[in-house]
Amino acid sequence: MDLRFTPEERAFRDEVRAFIRDHLPPDTRERMRLGYGPRKQDVVGWQRILNQRGWAALSWPKEWGGPGWTAVQRMIFIEENQAAPAPELLSFNITMLGPVLVQFGTEEQKRRFLPRAANLDDWWCQGFSEPGAGSDLAALKTAAKRVGDHYIVNGSKIWTSSAHNADWCFVLVRTNPNAAKRQEGISFLLVDMKTPGITVRPIISIDGEHHLNEVFFDDVKVPVEMRVHEENRGWDVAKFLLGNERTGIARLGKSRERVAAAKEAARAVRCNGRPLIEDPAFRQRVAQMEVDMKALQITQYRVVSAGARKSDGRPDPLSSVLKVKGTELLQSTTELAMDAAGPLAMPIWAQELAEMANEPDMLAEAAEQATGSYLFLRAASIYGGTNEIQKNILSKAVLRL
Amino acid sequence: MDFDLSDDQRLLADSVTRLLADRYGFEARKGFLRQPQGWSADMWAQYAELGLLGVPFAEEHGGFGGGPVEVMLVMQELGRALALEPYLATVVLGGAAIRLAGNAAQQGAILPAIAEGRRKLAFAHGEREARYDLADVQTTARRGSGGWVLDGAKSVVLHGDSADTLVVSARIGGERDDPDGIGLFLVDADRDGCARRGYALRDGSRAAEVSLTGVAVADADVLGEPGQAFPVIARVVEAGIAAMGAEAVGAMEAMQSLTLEYARTREQFGKPIGTNQVVQHRLSEMLMALEQGRSMAMLATISVEEPDPAERARSVSMAKVGYGQAARFVSQQAIQLHGGIGMTEEYAVGHYFRRAMVIEHTFGDTAYHLGRLAAQVA
Repeated sequence: MDLRFTPEERAFRDEVRAFIRDHLPPDTRERMRLGYGPRKQDVVGWQRILNQRGWAALSWPKEWGGPGWTAVQRMIFIEENQAAPAPELLSFNITMLGPVLVQFGTEEQKRRFLPRAANLDDWWCQGFSEPGAGSDLAALKTAAKRVGDHYIVNGSKIWTSSAHNADWCFVLVRTNPNAAKRQEGISFLLVDMKTPGITVRPIISIDGEHHLNEVFFDDVKVPVEMRVHEENRGWDVAKFLLGNERTGIARLGKSRERVAAAKEAARAVRCNGRPLIEDPAFRQRVAQMEVDMKALQITQYRVVSAGARKSDGRPDPLSSVLKVKGTELLQSTTELAMDAAGPLAMPIWAQELAEMANEPDMLAEAAEQATGSYLFLRAASIYGGTNEIQKNILSKAVLRL
Repeated sequence: MDFDLSDDQRLLADSVTRLLADRYGFEARKGFLRQPQGWSADMWAQYAELGLLGVPFAEEHGGFGGGPVEVMLVMQELGRALALEPYLATVVLGGAAIRLAGNAAQQGAILPAIAEGRRKLAFAHGEREARYDLADVQTTARRGSGGWVLDGAKSVVLHGDSADTLVVSARIGGERDDPDGIGLFLVDADRDGCARRGYALRDGSRAAEVSLTGVAVADADVLGEPGQAFPVIARVVEAGIAAMGAEAVGAMEAMQSLTLEYARTREQFGKPIGTNQVVQHRLSEMLMALEQGRSMAMLATISVEEPDPAERARSVSMAKVGYGQAARFVSQQAIQLHGGIGMTEEYAVGHYFRRAMVIEHTFGDTAYHLGRLAAQVA
């Protein structure tokens, strides 16, 4: 047993770190360092740089542009990229759609969509949740009726992240409302967002930003060749997608980045006549998070190593441990960064500050973004299967209760 | 021990509850948020008419003659409605400064004007580099012809953008962080050299950055003994912490009831989510936090008039920790149990969540007050 990286893995990590340092565009780096979310052009630009290097299609086979990395290398890359901080690869393209097409897609679908997904020429979004189908995804009602060589899609999807940026959407639809089991009447369609009948309504979230949308389908015509896998077998695809490649799910790099931001703020602000970073209670809180990050990191190595050895392709139930502990940790790191900012955590004032001063007020801007992260990342324990659902999985799949 | 309210107190609470239930629904509030000043002048007039703006003032000053308990009753209802008006800034903070340190002329001029809704105050004490330290005042006051001249800047002044008069702290002597040597000054917001820039806080309530450049203040506008204002500042902040505790309780009650209703009606897997034991236990934990938080808000309320400053400060810090932790837990779990809908601007629970966040970071957060208590562990 050895918990350290091998010399080869260490060399790989250094190579990744150096590449990010040398190639991440400076304006993207500066935005991310202040805690701002990346803009669309930042995500696209960075993914194209990585794709050029052959590093975008992380878990895809080499013939479709994958880098041919081990699971451990993928994990190292994701952590380094998050901690930089650099924009993350668009998960809809890379960890969701890509592996699905590799596994279930036709040759034509692979040729048409995979290279464009890797290079982010197409921005994909995920049409799964509906107003009545959240944790209970199989309750989805959006209907696709076969008419000739098309499906006619009617219904709505909700919490569709970045649908307003998207060119395409992979959508779960009900093709057989009379199936014996709800899961058996569902199909998986690829839908061009420019198709007539699609309306995207913004949903502003509690951080004041536009990440989420509701997407309405009103007699939307989708060619039959845009169906992935067999008709009424879409649930298999969805299960594969949701269980596939959970390496990044702990978001450890993001937690590291938030702790680093909290420390930076704590060096700049004063508490009881000395820098906050010298306050014993603050230091204990940081230390606790560092302990939690270390435990999560080792658990993640274990899950990834086990996954690398497993051949059945089924997700390790321990990935639910990563999701729950990872998001709990991530949420506490956002609290730490927000609390470090003190009263400056409260204002929404980037615009006012810009008008007031010639010099950007870094501390105040970082504070505003720290609170934005705190607010938006309350969603981390909701999306991707709520933490309550993850615990159900552990109860059933691991504990067999 | 007596937790009962008097008939007058019950009447007061009922009248506020009725007014806000009629006029301050979530949709109405959205309209108030869109007003240029970020709150409703019409509601402010209604508060004045009901006597709410004079609750803690003596009857001779046009007040209700109430104390911290009466303020608690009003703030609890304002918290439940997520009211945006400058009640805390004007009546609780500004009012306390005038009540505690004002001379007869100042009290006679200002308190009735507040009670009648003619004058709004803001407590311009915090500074950018002070974080939560009350004695860290770098704004200066020096003698000028016929009075004082103020220079410096104040930060995150609650409702500082709509105030008519600012209660400004400034150092006339001593070193940075020295509790001695601080004075309080009444500065009309339109005075030469006083510039304000308003902005919204995360919960939509308003605040301002205030800069003071050679602002002249007459001797008649000095509040209390120049150089000896620190105990007054501490008491103003304690009154604010107590009032915000009651507001947090009102907000927690609203979140608890919204979440309970959602758990009863939202169906997944063919049954209401509230039939799941994990959801039942979570709601029970929220209820326990709410009740513990309510106890601590009561402690703060009762402590506001405790004569021993050390005992008062200790109780108020305990209360801020207790209700702050309760509000953080209740508000986070309210969002979690709502799922996606809880994350949206268009649904009420996220607004309560942000109010809880702002309350926790006003006048010292949980870590700050826990640190004050830790320093006194014997």
